[in-house]
Amino acid sequence: MVIAGNRNLGLVMAKSNEPIFWSLFSAGGMVAALFLPILMVITGFLVPNELAPQYTLSYDQVNSAVSGSNIVKLVLFAVIALPFFHWAHRFKFTLVDIGLRKISLLLGVLCYGGAISATLITAIILWRI
Amino acid sequence: MSYIRKVPNTWWLQRKPYFLFIVRELTSVAVAGYCGFLLYLMYALSKGRPAYSAATDLLTHPASYTLHTIGLLLVLYHTITWFNVTPKVLVFHLGEEKVPAVVIAGAHYAGWLATSALVAWLLLGTGTSV
Repeated sequence: MVIAGNRNLGLVMAKSNEPIFWSLFSAGGMVAALFLPILMVITGFLVPNELAPQYTLSYDQVNSAVSGSNIVKLVLFAVIALPFFHWAHRFKFTLVDIGLRKISLLLGVLCYGGAISATLITAIILWRI
Repeated sequence: MSYIRKVPNTWWLQRKPYFLFIVRELTSVAVAGYCGFLLYLMYALSKGRPAYSAATDLLTHPASYTLHTIGLLLVLYHTITWFNVTPKVLVFHLGEEKVPAVVIAGAHYAGWLATSALVAWLLLGTGTSV
């Protein structure tokens, strides 16, 4: 948002949500970089090609691991929810950069709103397992 | 009045570094898409055994291979570009000396290897045969 004059800058920065969203963007980028490649190799290639043991991703293995441990739920919550904030930040600014600057505010609401919704849904689903 | 030069919306197609920048930003779509899949898997798990089995059966569908292949390439591009900029974001000092970029990036690659090994061991190596 464009602010007329520098004298408002201090106030605007103090009120801005940007540091929170930037931290979530950054944490999500790190979690995605560390965890997603190996998970994709396992779900996309090892399991369907039967290169993994029978129990891998089986209902019994996953259900007992997730339902029996709040630590596992917390890790899954971080791995699933944080990357949505990473996406929200990058996707919003990509659309702005390729010409949708005029609806930047709307894009921010949709992208970050999407990430917040996904986070809530993740929490509710994991809570119920 | 200041003069603002109009940039065409196709600026990112005009140079390779610009194009790679947009590709890097759009890797986030693959990241979110895969997390959406993991979320769906957890939803199916919460619904019980038949729903969960139906969800994992999707992994043998040809579309799953295609999506996983494209997704994995994009996510690997994300991982590599992410770790390569870490020395610019995280600046550490040991006494007067700045910790070299290669050490900071290297530590992240080592962490990636360790995380991948741990996840692989948890999912592939700690089950009980049925």
